[in-house]
Amino acid sequence: MDLLTERIRTGVAIIAFAAMLCLPGATVQAGGKVLLLATTTSTDNTGLLDYLAPRFTGDTGIELRWTAVGTGKALKLGQNCDVDVLLVHAPAAEKKYVAAGYGVDRRRVMYNDFVIIGPGRDPAGIKGRSVAEALPAIRRAGAVFVSRGDNSGTHKKELSLWSGAGADIPDKEPWYIQTGQGMLATINIAAERRGYTLTDRGTYIKYSANHGGNPPLQILVEGDSCLRNQYSVMLVNPERCPGVKSALARAFADWLVSPRAQKLIADFRLMGKQLFVPNAR
Amino acid sequence: MDFISQGILEAFRLLLSGDSQTYSAVAATVKVSSMSMAVSLAIGIPAGFVLGYTDFPGKKQVRVTVDTMLALPTVFIGLLVYAFVSSRGPLGDLGLLFTLKGIAIGQTILALPIVTALCASAVEQMDRQLRVTLISLGADRLRLLKTSLWEVRHGILAAGLTAYGRVMTEVGISMMVGGNIKWQTRTVTTAIALETSKGQFAMGFALGLVLIMIALTVNVSVSFLRRK
Repeated sequence: MDLLTERIRTGVAIIAFAAMLCLPGATVQAGGKVLLLATTTSTDNTGLLDYLAPRFTGDTGIELRWTAVGTGKALKLGQNCDVDVLLVHAPAAEKKYVAAGYGVDRRRVMYNDFVIIGPGRDPAGIKGRSVAEALPAIRRAGAVFVSRGDNSGTHKKELSLWSGAGADIPDKEPWYIQTGQGMLATINIAAERRGYTLTDRGTYIKYSANHGGNPPLQILVEGDSCLRNQYSVMLVNPERCPGVKSALARAFADWLVSPRAQKLIADFRLMGKQLFVPNAR
Repeated sequence: MDFISQGILEAFRLLLSGDSQTYSAVAATVKVSSMSMAVSLAIGIPAGFVLGYTDFPGKKQVRVTVDTMLALPTVFIGLLVYAFVSSRGPLGDLGLLFTLKGIAIGQTILALPIVTALCASAVEQMDRQLRVTLISLGADRLRLLKTSLWEVRHGILAAGLTAYGRVMTEVGISMMVGGNIKWQTRTVTTAIALETSKGQFAMGFALGLVLIMIALTVNVSVSFLRRK
């Protein structure tokens, strides 16, 4: 092979590679005012943040970026001063968090509710019963129950429901499956195993939509007062973490509890259904 | 299993319609893997060459260490890098958390042992007679080095491609250090993980095909270099 062809080949390969490096990155910049939020998978997976973020930026000129993780990890990121503000749903853990000085100015934003879903044939016969009756019934029947098992807000809620129903956490029972995964992945596993699981209603509506409105798992227990799922916003403590953008964080928290944002949250619909009920004081 | 056929159609739709979220993720993947590969190759090739070509005290121990590092789990690397670049970590002031540079650091830790170990193996397998022949022909040290490097070029290329494949497809580091932030640090692999966790299997599958297409582009480009 002659040297010229060889050179041309090398050149083409290098140019092709360089061209790939120059692919346009669709980066959004908003004058450098960037706020970092750690939040839970439910606010992101349902599309709520994609809906709120551009409106927030329009009102305040602040660009909102978020990382959507389980509540446990979100709280940890705040504790390590890696984010500016938190939007989470684990009231008991949040109170301890504020008491420990990691977070400040915690305020209620909205709630949705949890539901227990399961297969239509309902082997433990829990349909329409209260949580305090349903969980012991599942345990007695040894029916498959799928747990998040990931220290998320939903997981913490589930654990509190077991203890509230006067039952031990069935940690090592063969019918109790701990996935360690997100809500939708966990629902899918429950569906494959024809088991029960606890989910927030928003994710269930999304799941239902994925199945064209006819999902394999149905809502069996709902409306019990202990199933409320409260979301709160909280600033990462600027005294512990001097690097956080506390002014921007406060602007976001103030905005979330403002009448305008509260109305936006109430108007947010998925499959024609309201997902979150605003309840800022 | 209709999500597979849906996914194939979706992959073409995403690429052809210029879907901005997809291209943002593709750009993030290409940028971050290029950064980490550039550093890994710049350090790994000379290191591998030295490790394979020369003898020095403690060489065996170094080799075992490098080979062991081939087994580093990506989530573990992610945690390790997080510990350093977190605001409360020793490198917190550099602001590397939730950035592509931060991910690139982790991916370099992943790729460097691969490049080093495979280059060292390629050099070790090189014909030992070559050195003797070259010296007898009166080659100086620089000439000797150049010719030796040229002889193992295919091995080095294979090392680079193997490392590239690992870097481009890892999820653990990108998720932990990058945070999967939309428009910023969402790579193709973290987008796949996200879509899958959202139950959007077709979309996840489509993004997987997009990733394979990037890999194909890189390998075709490299095969131009190899055909000699």
